[in-house]
Amino acid sequence: MNSLEYVCKKVAEGERLNTDDALCLYEKADLPTLGQLASHRRWAVKPEPVVTYVVDRNINYTNVCVSGCRFCAFHVRPGDKGGYVISKEELKRKLDETVALGGTQVLLQGGMNPDLDVDFYLDLLRFIKETAPIHIHGFSPPEISWLAGRAGLSVEELLRQMIDAGLDSVPGGGAEILDDEVRRRISPGKCDTATWLNVMETAHGLGLRSSATMMFGHVETPSQMFSHMIAIRDLQDRTGGFTAFIPWSFQPGNTKIDVPVASPCSYLRVVALSRIMLDNFQNIQASWVTQGDKISQAALAFGANDMGSTMIEENVVAAAGIRYRLPREEIVRLIETAGFHAAQRDCFYRILHYD
Amino acid sequence: MMDILITDRRLEPVKEKVLAGARLDADDGLLLFASNDLAGIGGLAHYARTKRHGNRAFFVHNRHVNYTNVCVNRCLFCAYSRDAADKGAYTFSMEQVREIAMAPENRRVKEFHVVGGLNPALPFDYYIDLLRTIKEARPDATIKAFTAVEIDFISKAAGLSISETLARLKDAGLEMVPGGGAEVMSDRVRQKLFPRKIPADRWLEVVEAVHAAGLTSNGTMLYGHIETLEERVNHFLKIRELQDRTGGFSAFIPLAFHSENSRLPNIPPTVAFDDLKMIAVARLMLDNVDHIKAYWVMIGEKLAQVALWFGADDLDGTIIEERITHTAGARSAKGLTRTEMRRFIESAGFEAVERDSFYRPVNGSDQEGGR
Repeated sequence: MNSLEYVCKKVAEGERLNTDDALCLYEKADLPTLGQLASHRRWAVKPEPVVTYVVDRNINYTNVCVSGCRFCAFHVRPGDKGGYVISKEELKRKLDETVALGGTQVLLQGGMNPDLDVDFYLDLLRFIKETAPIHIHGFSPPEISWLAGRAGLSVEELLRQMIDAGLDSVPGGGAEILDDEVRRRISPGKCDTATWLNVMETAHGLGLRSSATMMFGHVETPSQMFSHMIAIRDLQDRTGGFTAFIPWSFQPGNTKIDVPVASPCSYLRVVALSRIMLDNFQNIQASWVTQGDKISQAALAFGANDMGSTMIEENVVAAAGIRYRLPREEIVRLIETAGFHAAQRDCFYRILHYD
Repeated sequence: MMDILITDRRLEPVKEKVLAGARLDADDGLLLFASNDLAGIGGLAHYARTKRHGNRAFFVHNRHVNYTNVCVNRCLFCAYSRDAADKGAYTFSMEQVREIAMAPENRRVKEFHVVGGLNPALPFDYYIDLLRTIKEARPDATIKAFTAVEIDFISKAAGLSISETLARLKDAGLEMVPGGGAEVMSDRVRQKLFPRKIPADRWLEVVEAVHAAGLTSNGTMLYGHIETLEERVNHFLKIRELQDRTGGFSAFIPLAFHSENSRLPNIPPTVAFDDLKMIAVARLMLDNVDHIKAYWVMIGEKLAQVALWFGADDLDGTIIEERITHTAGARSAKGLTRTEMRRFIESAGFEAVERDSFYRPVNGSDQEGGR
């Protein structure tokens, strides 16, 4: 294994790290050192002392899902009790509320529901655009690839239709860990690594920007986690279409994977390593939804430069028993008491205004 | 050792001092507080912490006993105290104290942490009985009891000098003194928040007498209300100066203010940057105090784990039933099991050492998995 000193020097000099380098940091660097290296990278990439956030809500249009991921506490199997598909009245109410609260976007995500066809999705997009002047950040690669397959459309054709109907960008969900061995174990019903990357590459090719995520702390090994980061980094080299990377730790409550929750120290290590490894990403997002106010603020010292969303509504993590609330004023306070200027951004990380 | 990468250039001279083992002065302390290079500050504190304690992190199997909430001081920051006639005012009888001590979950408790309000109805014998009752019930546990503020008050009830009072309390079973009641050692803050509590000089005098009586104590600072950074640094210097003379402080514990149900309801809770900086600066300024505690009740279990990388080497203990901070809105657990304490420390990346009140390792099995 590489020496820690050698890898730290590479980071300090802005060189790109490989998996061995990352493993060396993961195994040998103490937490403050990772924070220092990540901060060093953060200031090189984002020299302004600004931390951003977005005002939006999650809209989960259905919880019915055939995927059956073992880590998910939110979904309901088709035909089982408790399944829903959002009504237009409900949707309109949520949109009106979002706009009233100064929201600029909705994150639209749902289960892989066999009762819904392409027209449902296109109609959903059009309805939102007709109802509210709002950015639609919608449908992760598993939803898109699954729907395209069922409709007999290519991913590209489906995305073209979705863009026509109002889709503005694609969230990076469903990536979990981009390693097929891990995916077979935790989410066998969901698209494989190549498909996930291909949907994103296609979307970027059509001019859609997207984020990228990683859910760690379940069955993956550290090197699988770093393969994930490198796969994302390679694609970013080709397309430049990713806006941000968002790592979060698996929340085991109410799921079928029996592991202890990742410690906050592990979370901060992964945030730091994300910043250090993803040298072609501008933005690394802290996850207060999974980590709470204190650890998400601490993440700002570990390379994160974005506090994510105010989350007027969040359902998926809440279903795993984790319910943190963080009003906009509190997000601003966390940013400012960490020594940064707070700024509301849009989905493309353009600053809308400073607080 | 890896080089510590400082992003905030202003901290370079502080780094040089820390690496050379030189003592920091007030300006260094202020620079550290003013800087937001949290990872750099953490690296400095972790360096100092590792020099003393390597990869070990301590916890104690303890139990809190708050014998009364009746208090004549009625400090503005306190949500716990009551007047004698108030609803909810209580004082434990010796039966109740014995019951708590004898409760099965306290069978293997190594330390009883006993603090309470200044209740004028209690005679000196009450305190003597309190100590004896616990000692009789659990002779193997250490009694850490009565802050300097209480000792001052008890000496008046006894009509005795501080040293005579301490001698009697020791005879009855007192073995260590907790660090509370220091608040922030500033006349300005005292006038505004706790005018009826003994002033800083008296607190230091009593603690010095405690140390002279052969007892160790902790030191604390309540932060996150109206204190200035200068006042924080000055507080550190006072503790450090006394420690130079007595060597009697065992641990220093930053206490994060919680405003709910207090008479300062508009003060927002402390943030992680503040909590971690307090731990780190305490470690760096208090170069003569062995242990820095991350008090999980106040900063939360998760941040306490992270604090082990920012200079802390001790997570306090199981506590079992925390009342005071929870009355003020703490969202942490009311108590933790030994197994949980161990897991917190290990999953943070440290070697967990269960200790007694004097930081001697305890070799107990965890088989019962209980408290």
